Amino acid sequence: MASSDPNEGNAHEMPKYDWRATRRDFLLKLGVGVNAVAAALIGIPIIGYFVSAVVQKKQPTWISLGSIDQFPEESTRMAVFMNPYRTQADGDTAHIPCWVKRAHGEDFTVFAINCTHLGCPVRWFEQSKLFLCPCHGGAFYEDGTHAAGPPPRGLYHYEHKVEKGELVIRAGVLPTLADPNA
Amino acid sequence: MMTTLKNIALWFERRLHLVKLYEQTAGHPVPKSTGSWFYTFGSMTLTCFVIQIVTGIFLAMAYVPSAAEAYHSLELLNYTQPLGWVMRGMHYWGSMMMVIVMMCHMTQVFLWGAYKYPRELTWLSGCVLLVLTLGLAFSGQVMRFDADAYWGVGIGAAVGGRIPFIGDQVVHLLLGGPIIGTDALSRFFSLHVFILPGSVLAFVSIHLRLVLGKGINEQPKPGVLVKRDTYDQYYHGIIKREGVPFAAILNKDVVANGILLLVIVALTLFVGPKGPGIPANPPLVIPEAKPDYPFLWLFAAAALLPNGSEVVLFFIFPTVAAIALFALPFISNEGEKHWRRRPVSIAIVIISYLGVGLLTWEAITGPWSPHMDAWSGLPIKAEYVKGRTPLELSGAVVFQDMQCRNCHAIAGEGGHRGPDLTQVATRMTNPQLVRQVIQGGGNMPAYGKNLSPEQTRALVAYLCSLHPPNVPPAREAVGVLKPIGENQPTPSPTPVPVAVRGEK
Repeated sequence: MASSDPNEGNAHEMPKYDWRATRRDFLLKLGVGVNAVAAALIGIPIIGYFVSAVVQKKQPTWISLGSIDQFPEESTRMAVFMNPYRTQADGDTAHIPCWVKRAHGEDFTVFAINCTHLGCPVRWFEQSKLFLCPCHGGAFYEDGTHAAGPPPRGLYHYEHKVEKGELVIRAGVLPTLADPNA
Repeated sequence: MMTTLKNIALWFERRLHLVKLYEQTAGHPVPKSTGSWFYTFGSMTLTCFVIQIVTGIFLAMAYVPSAAEAYHSLELLNYTQPLGWVMRGMHYWGSMMMVIVMMCHMTQVFLWGAYKYPRELTWLSGCVLLVLTLGLAFSGQVMRFDADAYWGVGIGAAVGGRIPFIGDQVVHLLLGGPIIGTDALSRFFSLHVFILPGSVLAFVSIHLRLVLGKGINEQPKPGVLVKRDTYDQYYHGIIKREGVPFAAILNKDVVANGILLLVIVALTLFVGPKGPGIPANPPLVIPEAKPDYPFLWLFAAAALLPNGSEVVLFFIFPTVAAIALFALPFISNEGEKHWRRRPVSIAIVIISYLGVGLLTWEAITGPWSPHMDAWSGLPIKAEYVKGRTPLELSGAVVFQDMQCRNCHAIAGEGGHRGPDLTQVATRMTNPQLVRQVIQGGGNMPAYGKNLSPEQTRALVAYLCSLHPPNVPPAREAVGVLKPIGENQPTPSPTPVPVAVRGEK
């Protein structure tokens, strides 16, 4: 298998080439330099574009969940807010659910919907006063603490306050173990 | 006439060098023994990839990669675009078959020792193709952008958030923003239609170049050892003795690929495309979120492994597996190739398939997931309430109303996260049941705060009635032995308020 050169059909004998011919060498080095500058000018914006979501990280912002009157005392209800960073293309995914627990008066706790195990949506069961996760069976008590299953911690809380009769939470960033938001 | 044709052919030949191309590809010599059914899985994987490209191009003509439109565009493909459902079906089943035949291919070359000298790079490029193909399967399921896909991305982000030190950055990079939305879908779309298929094309080229350059692995013979010094000569000897053109052994590939295509068509026509399922609308809290078949085993492992072992499952295990796969041809570079003389290899294959198979089966049945609608949707059969006292009956109501059923089945119906309670009274005494209900434990939440003493009493009374007529309920093993019936309902001779006795 001596003839492994794919261009063999076209190959012609040629005189030995001196790669170190000085003028060509200079031009080659110049060319490499020009291209290196160009590569940086092209590459930096590309990398910047790609990592912009990390570098210019969006922070949670205050979002109103509406009047506190819609949350009866001693109850836990779902509330839905709009992603503050939504775009038109987000469609339904801009609707972010959370669980609002109102003990009494202005004593609120607002839980993220995401299970702390792997982010699946937990559902509230009023009768047994438990949050259950459908994915791997995580369970949380009424106050969000871990009750059973694989989650490593209790439910994520959103920071919240009551302003002019409205419940306002600090949200907009997906809570994860790396950044529980609050 | 003939001369004209010949001249035209020669004209092209002088420019394209087709004869040379033929000699180097379809005409290159391979051992006759490689004309085997076992050697057909590689070409089948490539065929699947071609199907994916062709159907993928047509799907891309209708698909809109935006969170607001993706679901709708899939419904258009399913119901409005003529034969759109066929394209979707072939793309889905093509991808499933691609993963399956690729695993067959990998298993075959592993058992035939094809990764040994001098085909290390062929194996390594194949490993890269495995990773790329699984990446295509995962990103493809995100394209469906239904609730499963949405929460699947959420699971991906949650896994990313567990990476030490850079977890937060990884999450934002993955989602392209702070939360799951259209940016996340667009990122997966770019991966699925540009980055990954392009990489597959590049690595398939390398893979095939290596196959042509280093020849197809001969059928190994037990006792014939591979040695770096002698193998090349040995292989040339085989080619000299029984070499045939590559094209001559393709007959079995052609048949196998034809059958493969028919299987994909049949699955498309008779089973159809998958989904889209429930729309990706987060406030619709879905009852379950499962990935596609290739990832079910991981999903199951995440539920079944001990709490806290996620780091092992998601980071250490894949790293070790990748290192093992990539190091294999260097660890075991020479020696025996035939599987009959490589018991460890056979054990690895059997254990891997059993592990993945069993985990996949577990994930399909999902016994750890609460049955979210059992409490409201499943009746208790008459025989489990018949003849009960009022206290026990009110306990049955507590049992149903407090979602106990979501995790505990009665007569096999209900959740399977906790034990089936059909005969619980034969295993636990009244005080033990009270303790378990109030304190929880063993993966059960404590109900102490959520049940009134009356509810607990009724519930436990009902549970104590759950035993077969011919098996007495459990009794305390220590302490003062009370007369039967004082602490727990028992089979008394008169009207028996006990379970599973059906008709008297």
